[in-house]
Amino acid sequence: MTFLELKDLRIHFPSDDGLVKSVDGLSFRLERGKTLGIVGESGSGKSVTSLGILGLHKGGRAKISGEIWLDGEELVSASAEHVRTLRGKKMAMIFQDPLSAMHPFYTVGAQIMEAYRIHHDVSKKVARKHAIEMLDRVGIPQPDRRVDSHPHEFSGGMRQRAMIAMALSCDPELLIADEPTTALDVTVQAQILDLMRDLQRDFNAALIIITHDLGVVAELSDDILVMYAGKAIEYGTAEDIFERPEHPYTWGLLGSMPRLDRERTERLLPIKGSPPSLINVPSGCAFHPRCVYADRTGGRSTSDVPELLESEGGHLVRCHLSRDVRRAVWENEIKPNLEAS
Amino acid sequence: MVTYIIRRIIGAVLMLAVVSMVTFAIFFVVPRAAGATADDFAARYVGKSATEETVGNLADRLGFNDPVVVQYGRWVKGIVAGAEYDTGAGVENCPAPCFGYSFISHQPVWNDLLDRLPVTVSLASGAAVIWVLAGVATGVLSALRKGSVFDRAAMGIALAGVSLPVFFTGIVSLVIFSYGMGITAPGGSFTPITENPAEWAYNMILPWITLAFLYAAGYARLTRAGMLETMGEDYIRTARAKGLPERTVITKHGLRAALTPIVTIFGLDFGLLLGGAVLTESTFSLNGVGKFAITAILKNDLPQIMGVTMLTAFFVVAANLIVDLLYAVVDPRVRLA
Repeated sequence: MTFLELKDLRIHFPSDDGLVKSVDGLSFRLERGKTLGIVGESGSGKSVTSLGILGLHKGGRAKISGEIWLDGEELVSASAEHVRTLRGKKMAMIFQDPLSAMHPFYTVGAQIMEAYRIHHDVSKKVARKHAIEMLDRVGIPQPDRRVDSHPHEFSGGMRQRAMIAMALSCDPELLIADEPTTALDVTVQAQILDLMRDLQRDFNAALIIITHDLGVVAELSDDILVMYAGKAIEYGTAEDIFERPEHPYTWGLLGSMPRLDRERTERLLPIKGSPPSLINVPSGCAFHPRCVYADRTGGRSTSDVPELLESEGGHLVRCHLSRDVRRAVWENEIKPNLEAS
Repeated sequence: MVTYIIRRIIGAVLMLAVVSMVTFAIFFVVPRAAGATADDFAARYVGKSATEETVGNLADRLGFNDPVVVQYGRWVKGIVAGAEYDTGAGVENCPAPCFGYSFISHQPVWNDLLDRLPVTVSLASGAAVIWVLAGVATGVLSALRKGSVFDRAAMGIALAGVSLPVFFTGIVSLVIFSYGMGITAPGGSFTPITENPAEWAYNMILPWITLAFLYAAGYARLTRAGMLETMGEDYIRTARAKGLPERTVITKHGLRAALTPIVTIFGLDFGLLLGGAVLTESTFSLNGVGKFAITAILKNDLPQIMGVTMLTAFFVVAANLIVDLLYAVVDPRVRLA
């Protein structure tokens, strides 16, 4: 049985301007001990997806449909109270900016203890000992002293470590990290990614990393899901995505990724245009207004919504271009450009 | 932390010193600049029938011919260390804090103030409990049900509470509850809590509610705004992600942060009220510090006016000091400041 499986998940928010389709028919699966990277621009629905799994998408107004199976339990139809008891214990989340994500008035230790004590009936003393252990585990020096510090007394990297300690305090089986390194210095980013990799191996948790940075998922992910306008547009193993990407949007992401091995004179290749509105999603393929290859689809890109179809061996692509055309473009036009530099 | 406390205490004392100088200047320096003589000051202490010679002697004895600085020093010394007055028939001792004697009753100002204080303290603290509880609870519920019927009704009533003056709401409630239904005291009576707590509460309940209505309205609006802001913070999402029950998320994480500005406002409001809830005390004929101030002003009883001014200043400064110290406890980030 798959540990985590999403089937046709949709999360729509009614707004004054119309229905915001933040997540629109998303499916994926993830096993224990594996890592899935969800990549996309701001507003592609990646964060809403993760909040939806935890049942934290904004309360009564959001309309959620589809299925979320976690270890044999379906969460969309489960009661809010039941999902709450799973939150923090079975599934936990690491947030982007640890300064704003931790309460400024409580000590780091108190916040870790709080997470532990909701799900474990233990004394404050035991919880405190556990909090110190967790801080030690994530590499915070002098944890028995730092446990009484407030978040503002920590550096950015330390705060993110503390945040990870908090998320891991109940030994969750599913860990979702939403842009875990975005708010950190580059030097600290690598340390945090290393830490997460080590911890995941030790805890054997399923890990979802949400990011706009392909470099981050390249480090950690087994599988990668590329999202655009609330839909998966490419889904495959890390090797599929980095070695044989087939979607023009993924090519764009790869082209806009800064790389040290590139010539300094070489310019990045940004994707032109900006992410679409989630209320008036472009007709046909949502990416067509920004797609350089839209004219090679014979007009279908503006009229038909492409299906997410298997290209080869579990590698799924949502594109009107034929597989042969996609591969030819990648091999002859994109790859040489990325490598030549 | 200790330096922080010491610095705030020094600041509070300095603030009181400045207030005392300004008060003294208003009543003794400004009139002199406008042409009043030492005899004019002394004349206020004796009857209209006094001869010029009597007035002149008194001006000498009370020191109105001394330099202003010396007079100010003597006044402050009286407050801090007490003063002795030569009445002619012997030396009368006025223990600290000595604000002098009333022109009218010839009693020490401080004793009169002390008599009035229990009324004002009872009024202010009882009302404070009600308005904080009612205001904060209403604000929280309104914020959590933003846009609901409850929210709109509560905010409408709150607007009325802020806008309606106490002498209107007080009289209307007296008419309805005391004279109409007869379930509350008709005002004008006060029983110390030490004598009969039940009667104390019975006499004070209507003034409490009237005064609390005025303040609860503001606190409800403030709490609502604060809650709406904090409940959208990232750390609230974190608290939910931990699996905390919603009630804990709201109280421990949301309200805790939303309450900090309210603590500040509360210190100011409460300190000011201890210096006399003038309108409420007048409306309900309560002999508190506020009514004392009004009477003193109407009768031009200078020592009383200065006494009540200093007392009010003291309460406001003290309340602020306590709030500042509390703030460092409530918000750990303040400690370094």
